Amino acid sequence: MATASTAQKSTWRKIYEWHESRLPIVTYLDHVVGTKYPAPRNLNYFWNFGFIAGFMLLVMILTGVFLAMNYTPHVTLAFDSVERIMRDVNYGWLMRYLHMNGASFFFIAVYIHIFRGLYYGSYKAPREVLWWIGVLLLLAMMATAFMGYVLPWGQMSFWGATVITNLFSALPVVGKSIVTLLWGGFSVDNPTLNRFFALHFLLPFVIVGLIVLHIWALHLPGSNNPLGIEATPADKVPFHPYYTIKDTFGVGAFLLVYFAVVFWAPNMLGDADNYIPANPLVTPAHIVPEWYFLPFYAILRAIPNKLIGVLAMFGSILVLFVLPWLDTSRIRSATFRPVYRVLFWVFVADCALLTWCGAQLPEGLPLVLGRVGAAWYFFHMLILMPVVGWLETPKPLPASISQSVTGG
Amino acid sequence: MRKIVLAAALAAVLPVSGLNAAEEAVLPKQDWTFNGVFGKFDKEQLQRGFQVYKEVCSNCHSLKYIAFRNLEALGYSDEQVKSLAAQYQIEDGPDDSGDMFKRKGKASDYMPKPFPNEQAARASNGGALPPDLSLIVKAREGGPDYVYNLLLGYEDAPADMKMAPGMNYNKYFTRGAFQLAMAQQVKDGVVTFADGSPNDAAHIAKDVTAFLAWTAEPKLEARHSTGFRVMLYTLLFTVLAYFLKRRIWSRIGH
Amino acid sequence: MANTAPAHSMHGDGADGDTRRDFLLHMTIATGVVGTAMMVWPLVDSMNPAADTLSLSTIEFSIAGLKEGQDITVVWRGKPVFVRYRTPEELKSAQDVDVKDLRDPQTDASRVKKGHDAILIVVGVCTHLGCIPLGQKATDPRGEFGGWFCPCHGSQYDASGRIRKGPAPANLEVPPYTFVNDTTVRIG
Repeated sequence: MATASTAQKSTWRKIYEWHESRLPIVTYLDHVVGTKYPAPRNLNYFWNFGFIAGFMLLVMILTGVFLAMNYTPHVTLAFDSVERIMRDVNYGWLMRYLHMNGASFFFIAVYIHIFRGLYYGSYKAPREVLWWIGVLLLLAMMATAFMGYVLPWGQMSFWGATVITNLFSALPVVGKSIVTLLWGGFSVDNPTLNRFFALHFLLPFVIVGLIVLHIWALHLPGSNNPLGIEATPADKVPFHPYYTIKDTFGVGAFLLVYFAVVFWAPNMLGDADNYIPANPLVTPAHIVPEWYFLPFYAILRAIPNKLIGVLAMFGSILVLFVLPWLDTSRIRSATFRPVYRVLFWVFVADCALLTWCGAQLPEGLPLVLGRVGAAWYFFHMLILMPVVGWLETPKPLPASISQSVTGG
Repeated sequence: MRKIVLAAALAAVLPVSGLNAAEEAVLPKQDWTFNGVFGKFDKEQLQRGFQVYKEVCSNCHSLKYIAFRNLEALGYSDEQVKSLAAQYQIEDGPDDSGDMFKRKGKASDYMPKPFPNEQAARASNGGALPPDLSLIVKAREGGPDYVYNLLLGYEDAPADMKMAPGMNYNKYFTRGAFQLAMAQQVKDGVVTFADGSPNDAAHIAKDVTAFLAWTAEPKLEARHSTGFRVMLYTLLFTVLAYFLKRRIWSRIGH
Repeated sequence: MANTAPAHSMHGDGADGDTRRDFLLHMTIATGVVGTAMMVWPLVDSMNPAADTLSLSTIEFSIAGLKEGQDITVVWRGKPVFVRYRTPEELKSAQDVDVKDLRDPQTDASRVKKGHDAILIVVGVCTHLGCIPLGQKATDPRGEFGGWFCPCHGSQYDASGRIRKGPAPANLEVPPYTFVNDTTVRIG
């Protein structure tokens, strides 16, 4: 019995080694997310959200591929084909609600991941390129989400597409031609829907590619940590099993919230108007984008000039590219930056305020608050980040992670 | 503490998309059997609601995503559905000589529409288009509470309000400045139920709204029961992962 | 604390808690694997026929206008169904075949409904690789046996739709059908 099992094991071992010597994929993965990737031992639960975001991307691609098998990208059939998915396709309602709410939960994970990076200074040297790829990922996600929202061809799909593509008409001289090119016609119509479907299918795989680069760029300097100081080898633990199990637990906890929404409030984050088929002749009383776009939408509407509004909206994301240089502090973690720490929470509140304003009609108090919020956003990024970095007196840093642990 | 503040801030960001309409009329909330974690449709109520749709609503409103076969979910048998479908004349064709013809409905047919096209519908309704009702409960902010209250929300227009000709004042019709082309249809006794259920306006409105909640979300019961099982399973997995995580991390202490 | 080297392997520490951890580990992995499988099933099942597709699997059509020697083709489940009102000669040739000589032995009587012997109803899909055999139009080649001829790989069927020559392994399939009355047929 024992002999047999050893013999069998050695056969498997031989096959494994034969394959591994030709394509060392297990060895490679072991270096990427396994026992050969040392990670700081003091990462807190906010470090779970990168893994969670990757997991959500997987959920989106899987449900998306099967939804695409039943979806018809044609203006006369798109809405009906989505209803057919909801009513007739086996488990179609489940895939559709997982996908629809998956977008929101993907953004929740990514936004927490970004704010974690902002709080702990994860964008600073030597992780600038890692941060850049992250911003590119955000942009790719936004484009994918926007085009995906158009596909059900409801009223919000249609008018959201109209409003957002019209943003490009603000560009001088070429604006109108660009919008015509985006539409493939003279309004949002069947060619627009077709290309959005093609791109919505393509972009997630671009995102996968960017994630590979993101992880590659992460592995040279290694993970940042809550203290923001360099982790010595003694302060590190292998990613597997320590962080694989921690991330697995994190995904489970995150899924509980996600599933609660999918199964009991699947339309909570959506807009009722999107259950009305698109009508190019009637605009809904109040066009709102999905919640994850609201802060940017609020910045757009805060500025009365069309071109400047559009530039400000795109600028609010593009400014993240230069953030590593706008932040002049040499200290990474906000834990040791008493002033920045307060400003960080003010910035979080500012983003929450902008989100709220983005959902209101652009008049009266919400408009005023939106303007204040938009101004503060850029004031924080462009003025406070460099100035506070120069003037602030940081708290003393611990000599090492283990010193901080024993001392604190 | 810091973590709690961050979590709270992010949680505060989430529900805002629900709060966008500036002047939402307060809708008195109703008890629906399909609310809640284990919410289910009341099949008898759905059958009554279907009767209301057939006898009242269907004169103007289509229900285009509902096929007769779907009505089995209301508790009708296969045979009942077939004989029900056979009561309808469905246009089919073209036949061998190229003409459209009428035939008895089959279970796979969809509910016939009261008007052949939008123009005909408008022409018969003073220029207004009666919307398809299949998704109406999901397509209106407030859902079933909105539909229910709208059906009963007719009042005399305020003295200072100038009503357009042919319009009816409805205090819940915020989407159209309180002026609704549809006159009050749900009135006491407008339908008589075979099982002797109360047929005052409020009960009729409630039954037909429940029916329309079903047409909008026919998979609701499957969603609730699947959801419960998925949640239990995910909870089990998460708890196991938590203890395994504690076990593994106990080796290096803190 | 800092000097405590972290244990790098999942197994073989021999410490007290290992049995419990192994149980936990196996439980967690098993739960995860089963959970993943349960999530995959809805995705796979979504590729099966949907409710509206299934509801269309029964059709009715009239053969009132069909005359002796004529063929009609109706569509059932996206496939052609051949309906042939056979002439007495065709019928006789189909009935007189010695069943023992056939590749897929079936009598003609077992392929039609009693009392409607002249009406042959078969699914018009070649049992070789799914092409549509010729023979429905008067001008079509019907092969050596007066039935149907598949142009893809040369399978030949007789007037009962039975395979007589060529690569196809089986007779043309007889769909489940009934005569609702003398002139109406329901398939499915």
